[in-house]
Amino acid sequence: MSDPSAASIVSTPRPEQPTEIGAPADAGLPESARKEKPRGLLGDAWHDLRRKPLFWISSAIILLFVVMAAFPWLFTSGDAVNGSLTHSLEKPSAQAWFGYDIQGRDVYARVIYGARASILVALLSVLGTMLFGGLMGIVSGYRGGWVDALLSRIADVFFGLPFVLGAIVILTTFNNTGSNNSTVKIMGLVIASLVILTWPVIMRLMRSSVLATKEADYIVAARAMGASTSRIIFKHLLPNCLAPLLVYSTIMVGSFIGAEATLSFLGVGLKSPVVSWGIMISEGQNYIRVAPGLVFLPAAFLVTAVLSFVMLGEAVREALDPKLR
Amino acid sequence: MGRYLVRRLLQLVPVFLGTTFLIYWLVWSVPGDPFAGKCGEKPCPDAYVATMTAKYHLDENVFVQYAMYMKNLLQGDFGTTYSGLSINDIIATAYPNTLKLAVVALTIEAVIGLTAGVLSGLRRNGFLDNLVLVSTLFLIALPVFVVGFVLQWLFGVQWGIVRPTVSSAMPFSELIIPGFVLGSASMAYIARVARTSIAENRRADYVRTAIAKGLPMRRVVGVHLLRNSLIPVVTLLGTDLGALMGGAIVTEGIFGINGIGRQVYRSIVTKESATVVSIVVVLVLVYLLMNLLVDLLYAALDPRIRYE
Amino acid sequence: MSEQSAPGADGSGRPSGRLLEVDDLRVEFRTRDGVAKVINGVTYHVDAGETLAVLGESGSGKSVTAQTVMGILDMPPGFVTGGQVRFHGKDMLTMSAEERRRIRGEGIAMIFQDSLSALNPVFTVGFQIAEQFRIRRGMSRADAKKRAIEMLDQVKIPNAKGRFSNYPHQFSGGMRQRAMIAMSLALDPEVLIADEPTTALDVTVQAQIMDLLGELQRERRMGLILITHDLGVVADVADRIAVMYAGRIVEEADVYDLYAKPAHPYTLGLLDSIPRLDEKGQQLRTIKGLPPNLMNIPPGCPFNPRCPMAQPVCREKIPPLLQIGAGRASACHFAEELVNRD
Repeated sequence: MSDPSAASIVSTPRPEQPTEIGAPADAGLPESARKEKPRGLLGDAWHDLRRKPLFWISSAIILLFVVMAAFPWLFTSGDAVNGSLTHSLEKPSAQAWFGYDIQGRDVYARVIYGARASILVALLSVLGTMLFGGLMGIVSGYRGGWVDALLSRIADVFFGLPFVLGAIVILTTFNNTGSNNSTVKIMGLVIASLVILTWPVIMRLMRSSVLATKEADYIVAARAMGASTSRIIFKHLLPNCLAPLLVYSTIMVGSFIGAEATLSFLGVGLKSPVVSWGIMISEGQNYIRVAPGLVFLPAAFLVTAVLSFVMLGEAVREALDPKLR
Repeated sequence: MGRYLVRRLLQLVPVFLGTTFLIYWLVWSVPGDPFAGKCGEKPCPDAYVATMTAKYHLDENVFVQYAMYMKNLLQGDFGTTYSGLSINDIIATAYPNTLKLAVVALTIEAVIGLTAGVLSGLRRNGFLDNLVLVSTLFLIALPVFVVGFVLQWLFGVQWGIVRPTVSSAMPFSELIIPGFVLGSASMAYIARVARTSIAENRRADYVRTAIAKGLPMRRVVGVHLLRNSLIPVVTLLGTDLGALMGGAIVTEGIFGINGIGRQVYRSIVTKESATVVSIVVVLVLVYLLMNLLVDLLYAALDPRIRYE
Repeated sequence: MSEQSAPGADGSGRPSGRLLEVDDLRVEFRTRDGVAKVINGVTYHVDAGETLAVLGESGSGKSVTAQTVMGILDMPPGFVTGGQVRFHGKDMLTMSAEERRRIRGEGIAMIFQDSLSALNPVFTVGFQIAEQFRIRRGMSRADAKKRAIEMLDQVKIPNAKGRFSNYPHQFSGGMRQRAMIAMSLALDPEVLIADEPTTALDVTVQAQIMDLLGELQRERRMGLILITHDLGVVADVADRIAVMYAGRIVEEADVYDLYAKPAHPYTLGLLDSIPRLDEKGQQLRTIKGLPPNLMNIPPGCPFNPRCPMAQPVCREKIPPLLQIGAGRASACHFAEELVNRD
């Protein structure tokens, strides 16, 4: 949970497209920080970060997973979708490193191919949450008055809904016809429900950052000099809120991977023939006594992926927080 | 104070109505035909449709339906399921089980989380601190269902220490593992917030003053430091209750506990719309009231906060 | 230990009969940017009924010395690398933690600069005073409350009974500092360290607080160490003054001597920078330059880069703190010349 009070952490405004957030988060920060000669807070943070093994380890793992999601055939030649029942529950071999599942599918190939759905859903959901929640937060904080009151109440409504419960209701409602929905549609629904249920968090974060910076002297000065609203928002407000947002989004990618898996596990998210870690765990749970690997192998991949995103976010957050030095 | 309370309660009304209406609209109105799939492969008999339409006012628009539902609710009537069971009864049997589980989870997360957080905050960068940091990271990263599976498999199947599923009498001893699973993520958050808070406050001037007064260390930490560091932890406990209720769906499913989470999941899957709405109403109400309680507790813990 | 000898032992003639002595104390801060030598051999003492003013700019090490005496220095980054702090002749730095704790509050107490942050915001002022009676004296809640109200009364807080259950933020700055004084005096300490007790206050309130402190000190015959950067505060209250610069005592003297004939160019500079009524219209004189970087103190006398009298010897040899007359000492190669000039 990122602390909204950490909002004005960045002292040197640095314009950057918020769309970069979804990309491997280690790329944006270091590049631009290196250019700044007089070491500001970001430079300090980078200096700190560079010496943290945790930062490098988690970045490397994330990179690995991203490559895995984009080019799964680099890692395996196995077939993730089709199997032959003759191999059912076969033990690991040189052919299939992790053995075969109940339907005789190559577990290793499935685990590799499972990265794609999980990471794609998580990244797109975070992107959506950032854009929508961010926009609502800026509007609400910047306009104030009845707009703020209304948007805040709407956010409260969605915030009051327990996440898993809300997602199940939304997904069963719109996904009721069952198996004949296309993969893209189900993915879209999962992403939409994640965005709908989590945007208030980002909105509140942004809103409080905007409120905190809005009255700052340099914003008042910019306004007095006749800067337009959009210029103030993009040149002054956004860069200042970016650091906590970046940290939060990195951690969020991790928790969304977990959330996607939870929904698939509950049988309301992605469904076979899509391959995802959550589906594999869900299918494997019935055979946990005979083949625990069917549950624990995808779970290990899932946990590693979630953990590396959370760790990266933590490392960046700690580096950005001068109080922890 | 009294006026603040009234104002806050009034503020809760639109949020409560908004959330419950949202769910009502989702389960009753969006799917189109409420009887699709209700009577097996065949379409439902006309008589059945007519009875049900009258019973749930399905011929009215969704706002009117919702208003009528709320009117009954205010009189303490949650309505009945399609098969005629009283939803009040369902909630009355399921809710105490969830409450029991939640109390166990809250106790475990507060005790372990706070202890770990305080100890690691006092000794930053020590062995214990690193252990707490790594293990909390794990608990935060692991989805509840994975934690549940691993622990159930280890304790229930591999080692056979406990029953893999909870028996219907729900003795507290069988609730320890499910409670731990349910509270695991919150426990980690509590530990981390407490750690940061303690680490920040232990250098505070007033801690210095307390030491300069010659108070024993355990009083400096246990009274002066802890009281200040508890404030953010309490906020966290309140906002986390929603997550606890959501987690209950998964946890109760894994451990076979007949609680509110399992009921709501079953109702959603079997399209028992009336039950879904009713349970959500209860959950949202509890969540909102807990948040209010936390706000009030906040004021009790920090005298600088005045509610006008 | 408070019970082992009564104040007034200084009359016995023993050199170690002093109440509190700081002897060649050395402290450094080890940070990730390097090692800062904050205290480089500080020696001073205070006796019962006496007021010692420790004067210096911020960063001169006056507060760190006090924190080391009190045992509330943040360690790490602080490290005591040498010297002793003796209370009734016994070195506190080598005592057990428990022994040392018992001295705090009863033997030596401290008043802090910023009373708002120094008092715990979530407890009432009364609780924080009464707490000492309950924990250290084992009093009942009711007795402790009675004594705490008496203390608030003694520091002249009006309506002490009513204010007992107020929180720190409900007090004004001056009243809060009074409450702080009441708290520090609760256990009747022999030595009171006041670290810039009036800096955060309005000028009129400053005078009231200083008067109160002086009055209480005389009544109780306490040793008072007054840490300040304000020469104006010192003149009325102090008996002796120790001037600190870059972690060293550069001059020590009676108030009268120091004002009349300063024996160190730094003291001279400080005195010259006080605005005077009889020199209206003239420009204020200031000391040129900045205090040295404590991670990289210049060789020789640390003041030499700023000193108007600096000679080659000043850049080579650190001048030791030498006696230059009855009860006064200076750490300047040219102390004699300074005192004897007209």
